This record gives sequence, structure tokens and C-alpha cells, in this order.
Amino acid sequence: MFDDFFIRALIAGIGVALVTGPLGCFVVWRRLSYFGDTLSHSALLGVTIAYSFELNIAVSVFLVSSIIALFLIQLQKKTNLPGDALLGLLAHSSLAVGLVVIGFLAFIRFDIMGLLFGDILAVTVNDLIIIWFGGALILLVLKLIWKPLFASTVNYELAEAEGLNPDRAKAIFTILMAAIIAISIKMVGLLLITGMLIIPAAMARNISDNPQKMVLFSVIGGLLSVIIGLFSSLEFNTASGPSIITASLVLFILSLLKIKQSIQLKN
Amino acid sequence: MGSNNNTLVKLKNVGYHQNDKWLVKGVSLEVEKGKIVTLIGPNGSGKSTTAKIALGIYKKIEGEVEKYTNKVGYVPQKVSIDWTLPLRVNDFMVLTENLKDDAINEALSLTGVVHLKNKNLGNLSGGEFQRVLLARAISKKPELLVLDEPVQGVDFTGEIALYELIKKISDELNCGILLISHDLHTVMSATDHVVCLNGHVCCSGSPIDVAKNMEYKALFGEQASQILSVYEHRHDHVHSSEGDIKKN
Repeated sequence: MFDDFFIRALIAGIGVALVTGPLGCFVVWRRLSYFGDTLSHSALLGVTIAYSFELNIAVSVFLVSSIIALFLIQLQKKTNLPGDALLGLLAHSSLAVGLVVIGFLAFIRFDIMGLLFGDILAVTVNDLIIIWFGGALILLVLKLIWKPLFASTVNYELAEAEGLNPDRAKAIFTILMAAIIAISIKMVGLLLITGMLIIPAAMARNISDNPQKMVLFSVIGGLLSVIIGLFSSLEFNTASGPSIITASLVLFILSLLKIKQSIQLKN
Repeated sequence: MGSNNNTLVKLKNVGYHQNDKWLVKGVSLEVEKGKIVTLIGPNGSGKSTTAKIALGIYKKIEGEVEKYTNKVGYVPQKVSIDWTLPLRVNDFMVLTENLKDDAINEALSLTGVVHLKNKNLGNLSGGEFQRVLLARAISKKPELLVLDEPVQGVDFTGEIALYELIKKISDELNCGILLISHDLHTVMSATDHVVCLNGHVCCSGSPIDVAKNMEYKALFGEQASQILSVYEHRHDHVHSSEGDIKKN
């Protein structure tokens, strides 16, 4: 009924959505959407390095994004520049350097659009293994650091005072962010990964009254976005990333109706 | 002060500075099992800072902190919950420790807010939120309880009731309590030791038994005078508005 590549894309997308759901909630709660942007923009540099040295893209992106994240934490400690300026600096300079390096790699055939916006034709069986194993690992680690990470998201000092070691949880979470970007880059494209993280989570916030529900709805929202997005991508021959994100936007708009209802109830 | 087996936390001449400004300096105090230490002082005198040093939240400090327990309950001075995070009282109660439902209900009943269990934290009044904060801190049966202005925003009758509760917790759990009071002159009668701060320790001592003083009794009322005490400051120096210290 469907071509193999489409089945592969669907399996890959479902794997990605299962992970972006819970991670995306933390991105929204901890106000990290610009941080996500910075990491995903720096992923381009990771991709070019992968091509230059014939490395695996996911591994290379993961390493480069992790290094950029650690570099950012150092810069935050050592300079007085506000956080958003530092994020912008790293995001755009790593994107620019990545594009310049691509210019030098003229001998390689490069699908820039696929890189920026995702390409379902590009998902291989190898990618599926990386997405599902990597994704399972990310979720497992997230479950292990859930308590300190969540407690310090609510109140850092409470978590620290009551012995939960929030700094370690934060550092591990940063690495998980780099990892999800690395495994989802082929599906969603590096310009739109943050959208995959925050839009389903924002949609979930509109219809949840507790954190567990928000995580659950965020996962469901992500899954629906991937499935609807991929089918329309096939139908209308559009890029997979934008199709998925547009689907999630539609879900978000629908969730606003629920908010409107509850506001009317209050009045 | 020699430490003994009952010591839970001991500050030795500690200080903390931020951007070249000392928030607090030269503070020594000790909290023991079953004892209540109250910190008082004007705004910005370093009460919360001292508490955070004792809790290990501030790490780059001068002096030494000896801590003999990991079972800590903390009520911060200010907790703001962002709208983006949907959180019910019930979710908040298990924030740092997994508790059975019974333990949650028991703690919430003690502070009189068990009916709010499924309410969203953002919809509580200031006084209700304070009671939830206190319930959360005591629910895990800590050995050391650090309460930063735990009765702020609570009406006077409620304040007396909460102080009674804190006394009861101290007796039942035999935990040590470091209490920061928002009032300069009245402290809990059950307080064993009062430390008055203003960037450093200005004076310290025990509160006066109000219940024995007829005038205070008339002022506070019969029940309140059992719970509250007056602390008479004995400073040997004054602070000018520039922050200089002059000896009397």
C-alpha cells in the first residue's frame, strides 16, 4: 500500500515524537526554546563535519551540539552579556560557519533544503535503529533524573536545600537536548526541531491541569503531528518538517478553544 | 559552643558576598535536635542568606558549615510558580520525596489545607500557599526544618495557630528548627535562642516569657501570649544609614 521509505519515515517520526513529548515539556517549563534553537542551528556544523570526515551524522551532530552547549554554559559564567544575546551569538555564528564550510565542500552533493527542513526520503534503516535506541536511552536517562530536574524546575533552591543535586540534573538534561536534536534532524530538519519540541508541549499545557497529563498530551500531540504531517507530506509533496510542524500548529490552535471555554466558565 | 551528638547544623564565622558586597559576615550559630533558633533583623539584614548558607544553597562562602543531617525540610521565603507549569497541591507535595497518600493527607490536615489538595497552586491565596509550603516541608518528617518567614500573609489568628503547630512538630519529630521571623520584636515562646542580624550578629539571647507579663498578656490576648514572646534587643552599637557601625 505504502512505499518502504514512507513506512520508515513513519516509524522514525513516531520514535522522535515519543521523545520530544516529555523533553519539550521541560523546554517550555524551563524557558529553553531559544536554547533549543541555538543547539539545532549548531547542528549544521555537526552535519558538515560528518560529511567532511565521513562520520555518522547523528553522532557528529550530538558531539558538536554538546560542545556548543558546554561552551555556552562557560560563556554565561564568564561574561556579563545577557543570556539571549549569547544564545543568538552562538546560534547564528555556528549556522554561518556551517554554511561557509558547506561552500568549501563543493565536491559533495548536498541537499541543503533536506537538511534545513527534513527529508523523509533520506531515512534509512540505520537511522531507525539510531532513533529508537537513542530515543529509548534518552527517555531512560530522563526518567532517572526526573525528580531532581522537575523539583529544580519548580524551585531551584528547594531542590538544592533538600539534597537533590539540581546542577547535575541540569547538565545531564543539556546533553539530552543535544541528543534529541541529533536523532531528529533528518526527520524535521534543523530549523524546525525546536518547533517539534515546544508546539506539542504548548498545546498540551492548554488542556492539562497537572504535569503528568501535560507530558502525556504532549506525546499524543507529537504523534498526531507526525502522522498527519507525514501523510500530507506524501499527499501534497511538501517537505516533511514543515508539514509536521504545520500539523502541530493546527492542534495548538484547536487546544486554544479549550482555554477559551475555561475562561468563559470562570467569568 | 562545643558540638555534640545533637548538633544538626553548625555555622562557624560564615559570610557570603555577591559582587564585592557582603550580604552577611561573621555569623556563628548552631541548631540542635529539638531546639528552635529564631533569626530576626530588618529587611536586607541577611536572614535568608544565613539560612541559605546553612542549607548549602550558597557554596562559595567564607567560614565553615558543618551539617550532620540530610533530612531537611525547607520553606523558602518566596516561591513563584510559572503559569507554563500546571501544578496541583498534590503534585507539589511529592516534589522532593515520594510520599504515600496518607502522609500527604496528614501533613495537609495539620496545616488545615487538606481541602485544597487537588487545587492548582496558582489559584491559592497567599496564606493558603504558605500553609501548603509548610505542609510540604513537614510531610517528609525532616530532622532539620528551615522556615523562612513561614507565617507571612497569614492572619493573626492563623499565625498563632501555625506557631502552635511548629511547636508541636518540634516536640513530636524532635527536629531542629531554624526559623526566620518577619517581626523584629515578637518571636515564638518556644524559641530557645534568638539571633538578631544586621549584616552580622548584632545580639543574641533568649526571649522574655510574655505569659508572665500582665501588660503583654493584655496586649496580645490570653492565647497569643502563650505562644508569642518578646525579644529585648541589647545592642552595643548602632548602624548608620550608610552602613557604618558605631559603638555605643
